[in-house]
Amino acid sequence: MKKIMIHEEYCMGCRLCEIHCLVQHSKSKEIIKAYKGEYPKAMPRLVIEEKGYHSFALQCRHCEEAPCLEACMTGAMHRDPKTGAVICDEEKCVGCWMCIMVCPFGVIARNTEGKKVASKCDLCGGETEPVCVKNCPNEAITLED
Amino acid sequence: MRIDTKMIGHAKTESLNSAIRKPESSPFGSEKGRLYRKKYLADRDYRIPGNCAVSGIMNEAGKCFSGDAIIRSIALMHDRANGMGGGFAAYGIYPEMAKYYAFHMMYDEEDAKQNAEHYIRRYYTIIHDSPIRFKKTQKIGDNPLLWKYFLEPKKEVMHSQVLLSEEDMIAQTVTYVNSQIRNAFVVSSGKNMGIFKGVGYPEDIAEFYRLDQYKGYLWTSHGRFPTNSVAWWGGAHPFGFLDWSVVHNGEISSYGINRRYLENFGYRCAFFTDTEVIIYLFDLLSRMHGIPFEIIAKILSAPFWNDIERMPEDEKRVYESIRMVYASALINGPFAVIAANSDTMIGLNDRVKLRPLVAARHGDFVYIASEESAIREVCPRPDSVWMPRAGEPVIGRLKKEPLSEVQIGSHMKKEYEVM
Amino acid sequence: MAKVPLISDFLVEREKEKCINCQVCCRMCAFDAHRYDPETAQVSTDSSKCVGCHFCESFCPTTALTIKRNPSDSRENANWRQDVLKGITKQADTGGVLLTGMGCDRPYPIYWDHILLNASQVTNPSIDPLREPMELRTYIGRKPDCLRLERSNKNKISLKNTLSSQLVLESPILFSAMSYGSISLNTCRSLAWAASEFGTFYNTGEGGLHRDLYPYGKNTIVQVASGRFGVHAEYLNAGAAIEIKIGQGAKPGIGGHLPGEKVDLEISRTRMIPEGSDAISPAPHHDIYSIEDLRQIIYALKEATKYRKPVGVKISAVHNVAAIATGIVRAGADFVSIDGLRGGTGAAPTIIRNNVGIPIELAIAAVDTRLREEGIRNQASVIAAGGFRNSGDIIKAVALGADAVYIGTAALVAMGCHICQKCYTGKCNWGIATQDPYLTKRLNPKIGARRLINLLRAWSLEIKEMLGGMGINAIESLRGNREALRGVGLSDVDLKILGIKPAGEAW
Repeated sequence: MKKIMIHEEYCMGCRLCEIHCLVQHSKSKEIIKAYKGEYPKAMPRLVIEEKGYHSFALQCRHCEEAPCLEACMTGAMHRDPKTGAVICDEEKCVGCWMCIMVCPFGVIARNTEGKKVASKCDLCGGETEPVCVKNCPNEAITLED
Repeated sequence: MRIDTKMIGHAKTESLNSAIRKPESSPFGSEKGRLYRKKYLADRDYRIPGNCAVSGIMNEAGKCFSGDAIIRSIALMHDRANGMGGGFAAYGIYPEMAKYYAFHMMYDEEDAKQNAEHYIRRYYTIIHDSPIRFKKTQKIGDNPLLWKYFLEPKKEVMHSQVLLSEEDMIAQTVTYVNSQIRNAFVVSSGKNMGIFKGVGYPEDIAEFYRLDQYKGYLWTSHGRFPTNSVAWWGGAHPFGFLDWSVVHNGEISSYGINRRYLENFGYRCAFFTDTEVIIYLFDLLSRMHGIPFEIIAKILSAPFWNDIERMPEDEKRVYESIRMVYASALINGPFAVIAANSDTMIGLNDRVKLRPLVAARHGDFVYIASEESAIREVCPRPDSVWMPRAGEPVIGRLKKEPLSEVQIGSHMKKEYEVM
Repeated sequence: MAKVPLISDFLVEREKEKCINCQVCCRMCAFDAHRYDPETAQVSTDSSKCVGCHFCESFCPTTALTIKRNPSDSRENANWRQDVLKGITKQADTGGVLLTGMGCDRPYPIYWDHILLNASQVTNPSIDPLREPMELRTYIGRKPDCLRLERSNKNKISLKNTLSSQLVLESPILFSAMSYGSISLNTCRSLAWAASEFGTFYNTGEGGLHRDLYPYGKNTIVQVASGRFGVHAEYLNAGAAIEIKIGQGAKPGIGGHLPGEKVDLEISRTRMIPEGSDAISPAPHHDIYSIEDLRQIIYALKEATKYRKPVGVKISAVHNVAAIATGIVRAGADFVSIDGLRGGTGAAPTIIRNNVGIPIELAIAAVDTRLREEGIRNQASVIAAGGFRNSGDIIKAVALGADAVYIGTAALVAMGCHICQKCYTGKCNWGIATQDPYLTKRLNPKIGARRLINLLRAWSLEIKEMLGGMGINAIESLRGNREALRGVGLSDVDLKILGIKPAGEAW
């Protein structure tokens, strides 16, 4: 299954990946509207880790043995059979945050703007290239097997 | 000389007959109906591109034969020319005077003749001189003064200059006369050979010079199709240098650099004609650098890198070095040439064969021509006929002892010491 | 009046409707031109800090930014231009030498734009490079006057000469000398990878060779400059050829300059100098004060590398370049690199960069003509450098007489450079002319190498097309072939020096 590989030596810390992830998960999917016109504002699904000049974008690793899958009470966390990615079904999610507690990478976020749900990377649906990879100007994150 | 029209194919007969009948088709045109004389370019001042016909016949045993054969051969290719130039080189035509240098000269006026003779007498003894025989015909217009000399270099002149060989002296004389003496032109300067040329169809030029009366063991000829009207007799082919003669069908794209490369070695290109570089390259590579003709062919029409990569290792090294060192001698652009000297006739195509050339052998005879029909015209059933590949030379050699070691030219100057 | 604040060169225009305050520009500008105020949650710009490198404009996700020349107008004055006034003001402030980066930007005539090429028609067929072989292979090195060929009894031809070592290029384009120090290690890596993938060479410049780049030695020309930075026996043997740098086109007559800000630990190790100290190369080599000294050094280097590598010399194009080049060839160099007026640099005094030297077009013509007149053109290859912008310039240089061409600025532009001329600050936003670890990450060598290879490939194809159009299928038939060029809008003297005819004149 194709996963996002991180090359931290090339990350510029520009956070364009974060911006495009937000836009992709917004209602309008259009950048100016997503930032200025939407309420609640969408949430990016990745975390930029930074220390000094080291930086990189961290998103859900879609683990083969995913602790969040085990921990989910309602079964909202499930694995998409086509892409192999771990997806949170926001309809079923009740916001118990158990997945956040068990995630070893800390890449699940609390989305409390509207209904309380856990928010995480979904590989942009698997149809096309994830937008973070597509928009990284320096190929610091790449889609590889 | 009458052209026997029955010997020539029907299609050609028509155009030939029409050429004979209509005076308008002669190169100088009909002056009736014109207010002013048409302006012709003196192509000693402009490089005029064009295309042509070439033919060459050699008897490797040295048996002399009349010019009739070469004339029939070139006449067949009449449509490749446009009447603006034709010429012949003949070897073995002055057997009694074989040890003297035969200079064929063209003078546009009497003064030029005086000046040239004055210069020549300083360095040479004129053993014999006389006009070159010709027969005025309706098809050939005004001709320059045509004279031949048999010269012997003066020994005291040669000894007074260090490292001057006879060939160097002839080269210096020819270069001087052609570039410094106005209206004088050295057509050929070899021993026991001569070049005959002018403005007109080659078969008409042959009739003019009565070439059927001469006998030689090696004949080459050329019919010219320049894109612009020309009036200068010296611009026709063949071009001569020492005992070399070259007839050339093509245009040299690399002329600019070939010329500058030759200037490095002291050759001066006196005229804006690209054929000059071919003849000087042959002289440089064979006489000065002592390179065998098969390799000279590979220098002038070098094989491609793709092909060199596939050769066995030692051969690859040789060709790599050749291309590296003689890069500026590569002749780029379409060409089919027949070069000749006293014991060799070489036919060669460019590296992608953009002009036609066919060769044949029959007994001691070697034939090279632009078209197979021109060969079969004089030799209906040759032993072998083939189309040489790009860069593959056709070499006819006067039979002597076989060559085993390369004789390096004794005229190599100090500067050419190898690093 | 104590200090005159300088009017800024650029004005950063931000379209309020489009700006989403994402802060990408703030994070990306090394000159701190953009600032985010958390209280107002707005991004604002201090235009006086902008150098015009266009990094923020390129990466703004909503294209809200436009960099403009500061439209603050003064009374028109053709003589007292704005840059002249600013120069005087800065010098009155600091008392120092004005520094700048990259190549001469003054409007001296560009002869490439006045030279035209030929094409064959009717009498001479043009050749299609996509269907026929078209050869760009070039050999750099010393070649003998003639070959001694021997024919054995079995009719095989063998070679009696031994030829001196040569560099083999698949295309007549090499990467120019850019020192590690003036550019980042990632940029060096890009150049090294691209050169080895494509089949050409890059030049270390005077910064020595970093350990990580030794594996690419086969495609490296190592440079020995006046400061002898990083020169030791292993270094000399690591490359495929050695180049002695006497001068460079951007600053003829003076040595290289690496400001202390750009000398970090790795640079210090590679160059063998203390960290943070300015690396200023002396103007001459202090052991080369004459041509015979140069000959001694050339042969010393040949001895050190056992005559297995070509040794060449790089000079700037100055008034007497023809005689100097001839001297260098006679001193034993295997190739001569000539860097013209428009060559680039990481740091140079502005006044020298703009006023010293001559354009490379005239220099190549003069050197090639003089070497041929002396009969020694084959003894060394000539490499031209200094502001080659496209394949048209390159093919014209070859026709004038160069064997190959060095590209420097063009290679950097391919990797993102926008020629803001602030290389000497060490704050290159594109990650090229800097050692700051925050910034050097911005150039991914994989991407850099890919772009350079694309550039070389594209230019090589264009050169092949133009050669084919002239009816030539091997570049050696164009080298020095001035018949293929015509000048347009040039004076008689220019035409004479270039050795070309005016357009409209036939053969």
